Amino acid sequence: MGLKNFFERKKIEGVDNTMYLTLREERRISKENNRIIKYYERQKARKNVPEEEYLTQMRDPNNVVEFDNLHTYFFTDVGTVKSVNGVTFDVPIGKTVGMVGESGCGKSVTSLSLMQLVQAPTGQIVEGSIRYQAGDGKCYDIPKVPKDRMLKLRGKEISMIFQEPMTSLNPVFRIGEQMDEVILLHEEGATPEIAKERSIAMLKSVGIPMPDKIYTKYPHELSGGMRQRVMIAMALLCNPRLIIADEPTTALDVTIQAQILELLREVKERINGSIMLITHDLGVIAEMADLVVVMYAGRIIEKGTVREIFHDPKHPYTIGLMRSKPSGKLKDNRLYSIKGQVPNPINMPDHCYFLNRCDMAMDICHGEYPKMIQYSPTHFAACYLCGESSFPKNDLAKE
Amino acid sequence: MASMENIKKENDYILEVRNLKKYYPLSRFSLGKSRAYVKAVDDVSFKIKRGTTMGLVGESGCGKTTVGRSILRLHDITGGQVIFDGQDLAKIPPSKLRKMRPQMQMIFQDPYSSLSPRMPVGEIIGEAVKEHKIVPKSEYRSHILKVMRDCGLQPQYFYRYPHEFSGGQRQRISIARAVALKPKFIICDEPLSALDVSIQAQIINLMKDLQERYGYTYLFISHDLSVVEYISDTIGVMYLGSMVEIGDKKRIFDNPMHPYTKALLSAVPISDPDVKMNRIILSGDIPSPVNPPSGCKFRTRCQHCMDICSREVPKLKEYEEGHMVACHLYSQD
Repeated sequence: MGLKNFFERKKIEGVDNTMYLTLREERRISKENNRIIKYYERQKARKNVPEEEYLTQMRDPNNVVEFDNLHTYFFTDVGTVKSVNGVTFDVPIGKTVGMVGESGCGKSVTSLSLMQLVQAPTGQIVEGSIRYQAGDGKCYDIPKVPKDRMLKLRGKEISMIFQEPMTSLNPVFRIGEQMDEVILLHEEGATPEIAKERSIAMLKSVGIPMPDKIYTKYPHELSGGMRQRVMIAMALLCNPRLIIADEPTTALDVTIQAQILELLREVKERINGSIMLITHDLGVIAEMADLVVVMYAGRIIEKGTVREIFHDPKHPYTIGLMRSKPSGKLKDNRLYSIKGQVPNPINMPDHCYFLNRCDMAMDICHGEYPKMIQYSPTHFAACYLCGESSFPKNDLAKE
Repeated sequence: MASMENIKKENDYILEVRNLKKYYPLSRFSLGKSRAYVKAVDDVSFKIKRGTTMGLVGESGCGKTTVGRSILRLHDITGGQVIFDGQDLAKIPPSKLRKMRPQMQMIFQDPYSSLSPRMPVGEIIGEAVKEHKIVPKSEYRSHILKVMRDCGLQPQYFYRYPHEFSGGQRQRISIARAVALKPKFIICDEPLSALDVSIQAQIINLMKDLQERYGYTYLFISHDLSVVEYISDTIGVMYLGSMVEIGDKKRIFDNPMHPYTKALLSAVPISDPDVKMNRIILSGDIPSPVNPPSGCKFRTRCQHCMDICSREVPKLKEYEEGHMVACHLYSQD
């Protein structure tokens, strides 16, 4: 057919092996997706859901959040993207949990799932639970919490600091108006006067000079570091129990980054809350986090305390990540780099996702996805390499 | 004899920037009062040796990118000289400048916005090659494919469009576009900041390989000090439009002199949870370049601020061989 030829690509030297979907396949996928999405949306839209349905029990009362086998999928027209694919980890009270991974590995989607902010209707939590221990002692299963109840949790008990403060602050409202809104929404009996007083006090506490002047300014009048301080102040207004910081310093300079990290540490002490810190900068993680979760292509490949991860990394990806960061102690002239790139998130293979980039791949790696192996009470990794097999341990880490 | 040596020594430097100034007028209409300027780059001088890499670091808004763009004459400069290969770029007429262009190329920060979405990769890389007739027509395709292979791009990407590629691959395309013109000098304006750590390492290695093979000279603009430390031979530290410290990499990192450089180095997070640093945290933000502080521009955030700092602008002085600092702390004795 003429049309078919029209879309055919010219080929030069070597085979073009990209897969393209035909129109018919695409239509079939989108039909299927609509059916699935409708089901989940109906579940979410129900009214007057009895409390028993979304209240559960925590596994460990010392945790503020427990992710349990969380699956968040995006149903796109080219296939299902398993953005978060069976993620299990805990956030203990008063600790900082750092999440590292490449862009697109699902760190942000994990945190957005906790806030019920995943881009619907394409994005849906399809399986697993996120147990959140609220301040009043109740324990919520976040994916099942109805929308109206979630409004009372989001922003009050769990708050979020985003990467780009300019895009997350509303450019047409003054800083003060945006901050007061938080208090007026979440606190019963708050008057505009009380709100203003508290907003200014909060701006002052995050180290903003002349807070009453900043209160009347627009976001574009502030510098990047100032805006991020405003974001942090806004996140703290209702004394949250958990702050999710999604790449809070990526858009900032190193000197400003140092200020903001110092501030976050201070703030955590003050409110005795927990922080979920998402970043791809290992230096920031080493400095801030107590526990580290390393993600790759939607799965956790390694988790442990910060010392375990940095001094005794097990998974080849974690090791590669450490070594690909340039540092002054480099001996050889060439920087270690993990070859290749993250696989296409659609139609992930059954074997280990890191297989095609791994220097240490073995025959067994072509089998099913490796299970989480425990090395210490806190240290887990999903790799065959350092498992019970006779492979010499720590060989890699020493390099 | 001495003059011969002198000439040879001069030739070692591919680029010399002398007192570069770039002011942006603030308002078009100014009645009665003198016109206000943003002094984006104010009196910056440095030299780059052939085949080496110079790193330019500083906070955002300090004028690093403006220096890069001024060197390439992507905009006209207010004052100073940019001597590239013995010619003053600021003075030569546009027709001649056009002939010089292939020798100096630029790699941009954001690989998502710097590639035309409507052109296939082969054409993106080859457009300027055709325009400047770098290679004969018969060799055109083989030249492009060779450049693509050098940059780690597979030949079948020739007809694909940029949106089909990831950030790292796109940055490889940008590098290939610069390299295809057989340049001598490449300005890299934060080429890594939009990429992931594992991809950054790949791109750094690619740039180093290309430099070894073809002897390019790089001006590497970045705010990531660990990358700059790895890739550069000399480093210039900028603050608010002026160079505050310049020197060999080893000297800058082992013995930072200027208080700003010290703070900048100590602010870099170290990937080791057991190393605790006594960090110098700078208070406040970088001041507005519209009315910078009098005297030393850094004095508002400096720990060692003295009386003289507000009165006199410190001059860039050689403290030890290949290490220049602009600070009153070292100029007194």
